[in-house]
Amino acid sequence: MPTDAIQYQYNPAHLQNSSPGKYPAGAIGSDQMVINIGPQHPSTHGVLRLEVLLEGEQVVDLVPHLGFLHRCFEKHAEALPYNQIIPYVDRMDYVSAMNSEHAFVMGVERMIGIEGTLPKRIEYIRVLVAELNRLANHFIAVGTYAMDIGAFTPFLWMMRDREHILRMLEWLSGARLLYNYIWIGGLFYDLPPGFEEKCRSFIRYLLPKLKELDDLLINNTIFVERTAGVGHLPLSTAIDFGVTGPMLRASGLRYDLRKVDGYSIYPELEFEIPIGKGLKGSPGDCWDRNYVRAAECFQSARIIDQCLDALMGPYARTRDFDPQAMLPKKIRPKAQELYVRAENPKGELGYYFVADGKSDIPFRCKARGCSFSNLSVLSTLAKGALVADLVAIVGSLDFVMGEVDR
Amino acid sequence: MTGAEIKLRLEELCKVQGLLEDVPDTNPFTLKVPKEHYLAVCQALKHSEGLYFDQLACLSGVDLGPESGLMEVVVHLSSIPYAHQLALKVRLARPADPQEETEAIPSLSGIWRAADWHEREAYDLLGIRFENHPDLRRILLPADWIGFPLRKDYREQEQYHGIKVIY
Repeated sequence: MPTDAIQYQYNPAHLQNSSPGKYPAGAIGSDQMVINIGPQHPSTHGVLRLEVLLEGEQVVDLVPHLGFLHRCFEKHAEALPYNQIIPYVDRMDYVSAMNSEHAFVMGVERMIGIEGTLPKRIEYIRVLVAELNRLANHFIAVGTYAMDIGAFTPFLWMMRDREHILRMLEWLSGARLLYNYIWIGGLFYDLPPGFEEKCRSFIRYLLPKLKELDDLLINNTIFVERTAGVGHLPLSTAIDFGVTGPMLRASGLRYDLRKVDGYSIYPELEFEIPIGKGLKGSPGDCWDRNYVRAAECFQSARIIDQCLDALMGPYARTRDFDPQAMLPKKIRPKAQELYVRAENPKGELGYYFVADGKSDIPFRCKARGCSFSNLSVLSTLAKGALVADLVAIVGSLDFVMGEVDR
Repeated sequence: MTGAEIKLRLEELCKVQGLLEDVPDTNPFTLKVPKEHYLAVCQALKHSEGLYFDQLACLSGVDLGPESGLMEVVVHLSSIPYAHQLALKVRLARPADPQEETEAIPSLSGIWRAADWHEREAYDLLGIRFENHPDLRRILLPADWIGFPLRKDYREQEQYHGIKVIY
């Protein structure tokens, strides 16, 4: 095919046909106005189009249009062996890929019946890297949120600290964002020599910085004035919409799958679940959501500390330890259906597998993205809000379009 | 509450003795529900004391392939206060024509709002119709896309807006 041929014939009707608005020009009242925010707009955190119906400054209705980043994850998964799906899983929630891998691998291991038989060192490393990634995710969430509402410094500070984590994970796996590190039945590699010490010194460095974040941003009067009482999400609405993760906890429910299900080695670790109490406004407002994320960073640091204790103490590296020793030669689960769920930084990530028992390719693999359900509450949350608060509300949901559209 | 206890309780609440069927080799415990009792069973699951499934975690459509002539909708529920989980499964006939939508099954969006987007996704990718859904449109694919990609016999359209789809 000649490369100079113009394949795409531009036609303004294409956009009308492929993504029609819910409110065409003729259908709205004379005092109403439709504003399209996105798909290319920095405050939508990706390619999300929001069709906002306004009456003066007030949002009357909000219609999210998704799918601009749809990469057919589920169709791909129906054509690939289980171990080859892991890189695709990374690309769903690309700012917390380790956590997604952890959940996926846990599901497949449960299907082939090797869950709980792996060496403790592997489990500790998995939790260590997942919590490091959780920190990186929350840094992005809080940092970009501050930038959304006009504070640039916290964003740069958070990116600086996130860079340390990304470099450590790059040292570990060779990739900065999309790791393919946690494998079914093991890991890609053991920790590189010296990683534990480096990680320990990073945590020592990080704790004062988290304090700093609290003073600089979370308890900053300007930030509190801007976010407290804005975007109030009542607990009953949150549960009704299937909202999970820090958003649900900000609404005042102490619910964390790491405690509820107690998967992997989380029951052996000590940590608390911070919840929103409405200290500055009402429980479940934008401030609470960010407060919960910032408070979770301290708990993740605590978990990492305990993992490092174990990895340098009872489960320290030995000369003959091979993290690939338990990798199954062939991954062919017997015919079954399984729904596995795990606590991702953004909420409950679930995978629904259907295996037919005859092949090493899943018959059906559905991903329940936490961002997908968390985003679905947006239109309820925004109704009646001022358009100036809309950016503050959208940012506080902390979704990644890669996981919404899959 | 174990799966068997939930089943007993449901049979008594909805008067569907002998109509609920266990599905073997599933995690969490899965019940197959006849289509006509689907909505009543879901209502009982959400509102009855002792069951109280307040969270709809996931709703997925599954195509069992052209030979079987069947499709499934699988609903994963969990109860936050009681910490138990359950899956429901409904079977419906599968149209032989890949472009054709299925018969309609009741929408759960009146019971759990979370079902709204999940059902739109099942409609978009598998062509399952939901009755009384507030806003059943495609969600991930463009509105003028032809066909339902997660059907096992799906064939891509030749062209989309003048762009070749199949290479």
